Amino acid sequence: MPDLLLELFSEEVPARMQAKAADDLRRMVTDKLVAEGLVYEGAKAFATPRRLALTVHGIPVRQPDLKTERRGPKIGAPDAAVQGFLKATGLKSLDEATIQRDPKGDFYVALIEKSGRAAIDVIAEILPVIIRTFPWPKSMRWGERSAKSGSLSWVRPLHSIVATFGIETEEPDVVKFSVDGIEAEQTTFGHRFMAPAAISVRRFEDYEAKLKAAKVVLDPQARKDIILDDAKELAFAQGFDLVDDQVLADEVAGLVEWPVALMGSFEAEYLSIPDEVIRATIRNNQKCFVVRDPKTGKLTNKFILTANIEASDGGKTIIGGNERVIRARLSDAKFFYETDLKTNLEARLPKFEQIVFHEKLGTQAERIKRIERLAAEIAPLVGADVEKAKRAALVAKADLLTEVVGEFPELQGLMGKYYALAQGEDASVAAASEEHYKPQGPADRVPTDPVSVAVALADKIDTLVGFWAIDEKPTGSKDPYALRRAALGVIRIIMENGLRLELYDLFTLADIEILLDIKGVKLDRQQISLDELEKEGALSHESAVRMRAKLIDRLFSDEVSNKEHEEAVGRLFNLLDFHVDRLETQFRSTVRPDLVQAALAIQLEDDLVRISRRVEALGKFLETDDGKNLLAGTKRASNILSIEEKKDKRSFDGAPDAGLYNLPEEKALAVAIDQVKGEAAAAVAEEDFAGAMGAMAKLRPAVDSFFDKVKVNDDEPAVRENRLKLLNEIRAATRAVADFSRIEG
Amino acid sequence: MDALPDHMRPERSFQGFILALQRFWAEQGCVILQPYDMEMGAGTFHPATTLRALGPKRWNAAYVQPSRRPKDGRYGENPNRLQHYYQFQVIMKPSPPNLQDLYLKSLAAIGIDSSLHDIRFVEDDWESPTLGAWGLGWECWCDGMEVSQFTYFQQVAGVECAPVAGELTYGLERLAMYVQGVDRVYDLNFNGREGADKVTYGDVFLQAEQEYSRHNFEHSDSEMLFRQFTMAEEACRKYLEAGWKDGKREAHLMALPAYDQCIKASHVFNLLDARGVISVTERQSYIMRVRELAKACGEAWVHTEAGRAV
Repeated sequence: MPDLLLELFSEEVPARMQAKAADDLRRMVTDKLVAEGLVYEGAKAFATPRRLALTVHGIPVRQPDLKTERRGPKIGAPDAAVQGFLKATGLKSLDEATIQRDPKGDFYVALIEKSGRAAIDVIAEILPVIIRTFPWPKSMRWGERSAKSGSLSWVRPLHSIVATFGIETEEPDVVKFSVDGIEAEQTTFGHRFMAPAAISVRRFEDYEAKLKAAKVVLDPQARKDIILDDAKELAFAQGFDLVDDQVLADEVAGLVEWPVALMGSFEAEYLSIPDEVIRATIRNNQKCFVVRDPKTGKLTNKFILTANIEASDGGKTIIGGNERVIRARLSDAKFFYETDLKTNLEARLPKFEQIVFHEKLGTQAERIKRIERLAAEIAPLVGADVEKAKRAALVAKADLLTEVVGEFPELQGLMGKYYALAQGEDASVAAASEEHYKPQGPADRVPTDPVSVAVALADKIDTLVGFWAIDEKPTGSKDPYALRRAALGVIRIIMENGLRLELYDLFTLADIEILLDIKGVKLDRQQISLDELEKEGALSHESAVRMRAKLIDRLFSDEVSNKEHEEAVGRLFNLLDFHVDRLETQFRSTVRPDLVQAALAIQLEDDLVRISRRVEALGKFLETDDGKNLLAGTKRASNILSIEEKKDKRSFDGAPDAGLYNLPEEKALAVAIDQVKGEAAAAVAEEDFAGAMGAMAKLRPAVDSFFDKVKVNDDEPAVRENRLKLLNEIRAATRAVADFSRIEG
Repeated sequence: MDALPDHMRPERSFQGFILALQRFWAEQGCVILQPYDMEMGAGTFHPATTLRALGPKRWNAAYVQPSRRPKDGRYGENPNRLQHYYQFQVIMKPSPPNLQDLYLKSLAAIGIDSSLHDIRFVEDDWESPTLGAWGLGWECWCDGMEVSQFTYFQQVAGVECAPVAGELTYGLERLAMYVQGVDRVYDLNFNGREGADKVTYGDVFLQAEQEYSRHNFEHSDSEMLFRQFTMAEEACRKYLEAGWKDGKREAHLMALPAYDQCIKASHVFNLLDARGVISVTERQSYIMRVRELAKACGEAWVHTEAGRAV
């Protein structure tokens, strides 16, 4: 079966758009082929800076013939209906229609046969539409034709199109179409500088090979491999290691058609700049790789660039030019770094008073103060020194105002650490600057130093409680303040460090501070408008003062405080739920979700470690025979109860009457329940969940024999009621560890 | 090229370098203009680009434009930052299909051989908020250094470009430094002579950089500049209003004088900005005010003889 080769040859396509464009091209063409009944065997798309290419193989030569039946009017229907039918189906007369028998009356049926068209003709129709509607993130017009409306838009000027169709053994046909004056042909061009001549191509294999001969590596993955392999080799030859950078390699692969790795160097004096700053400078601005000395683990004064040509001087000029630029850039970076070192981090803090964190939540300075207070509260709970935690919270964000972080925002925190160490801060305090942002994602590590832990938790909790307070919770896919990530961070910091914290209390502490700052923002705003009114003469000074006093009274009145308190409770429980939901998601990979539900349903719980211990113990218990049987018994009790409760429209709460027991199994069960209840409660109080489950296990024989021997629905209503109450006691007793009714199976 | 005396060769002298570019683009049919006689932040502000980019008529031009960036002054102490420097600007409307090739040939004409150097077109979308303009194109890299800006104008002064013009901007000092192999802009050989006859870029401009840095950052008369901004803005509006022929919005007779006032306002704003007397919030509103002028001028221009559809 024939193959299609398509190439769209243009001026340089932005590197970041190439991969998606190749994918879009493949998807759009193959979707359309399938929609036209042309089911293909395989397809692959490629991109270089100057071309998008697609090969689709195994396309049928023709579309299948289509036969459709169309139901017409009943026999003897009015002429207008018959004429309409003939017109719609293209039949010349009713003689060409068949008649279908039907008990409700026979009717005409037209058999329409549409013969399939040649695939090449269909493709010639499909391709111009796809090119015209291609989803580039940004596209443009160009040249003479852009004077008229309806001219083609492409990411950059499109120069030529290759489109051939044919089977392997024969000369393929050109798919004949044109888009805005560009005719599809079978001519492309090689490397811009090394082989610019026209190349005639027939089919994919020959296209790819000829391009390679013309110094174009079509496959981006192949270009990336060449870049990384050659770069590693260059580094290795000098006894160094390449600092692996897949993202950069992808980008560079989108900037060249013929990658040539070259090594350059810079003055060793620049190695006094932190490695991360050197790397950011060389990587972000110059798209070059950096190189590490395996002996020291530090960067060396080398870099690796990827040229797009094999230069006639072996690359000497190119290396020289790149070295000049990198030298200038590093000289700037060194200047920035050294300038930053001259200012104490603390001295930068007043500037935060001018920087708004969020219009409703006040300035960065206010936020830092809140984090400092909260970190001081958390510190003793996580084993951190209170003064260190406060100090760390105070300076942790100061590097945001430094030159280096202004230039390379991704170095926030890390630079803070360097600057803090340079000014002689305690090592834990300095580390918190970097660590308090962690974890940044599921793959990132969690802070472990107590000081960092305190600041990281304070930072995240302040963010969460703050946005909850102004009702900016994440909705659906919208989470502009990354609150889900913050909550997951809180959870991971707590769980992975085994911290025992009552989250709700911490939320409350944060909330009180935030509400005060929100009120501060409101007061400031009012003050500004009052000042303006006063300046304009619309308000006397006395009334302005009076109005302000009134607002203060109102904002801090008992009535407002009470209402705030009520709202805060609901809001913070909601935030706690948000965390518990995330925790469940965390558990889900290892624990059955119904067990988590069962463990969480019995009481309000804000100690995440305790939740997880309970879930863990429950999981283990349910794997034992005792557990399984007790679960079955409890479920049976629950089922009977819910049926009877429905029937009687009442519940069977309350203690059973010991005087009404008339079977030994009843009495035995009552005794067992009492005993287990006490033991389990004691064990739970000690957080000995395994012990509590062990106590539960003792319930099993009594429950089993109760169901064996006792008929719950006794004829005597009082006995029946008493037995149902006893069943309710089973349910109640097991609730010491979990809500068994939520467990599946 | 062989006939050139040594001191005129592009790799020997700054002036020879400029002349080589001019000659190259003259050969491509561009009119070689002289710099516009007003202070402006970039060659794009020249009416030969901003206004001529609009309307359907063909237009091919190239020129050097002294560009003023008051904020970039460094008292002559930075090796490559200047508050006054030269841009070489090419505009071709409609953009010819071989504009990239022409650009590469122009590099060859100033001594940059594409078999020796790594020349790259790296994505860079251009936008000028003050001119209400945007386009797509690249920054052109030579051995890792940005040497030119290449843009296909899509919109200028709020008006869609039809046809689209291609614009090239060369940073002359930076390119010349590369070609001459010097690391400090003031060391550029200006006239290509040696010994006592040699004149450097520093001889010509160092004192100016020091004086203008003082002026831009410390002494410019803010009060006067604020007044000038308002005056230029008002004059621009007045001329635009008066320019409509017979008071009907069909033909405009004074787009160019009005646009001069827009250029003026823009430069005055840059001076105020450098002086640090415009707050962050005000800044945005000044940019908007200049853009409104630019848009109104663009609107007037497309109703003039040179800007009108035939």
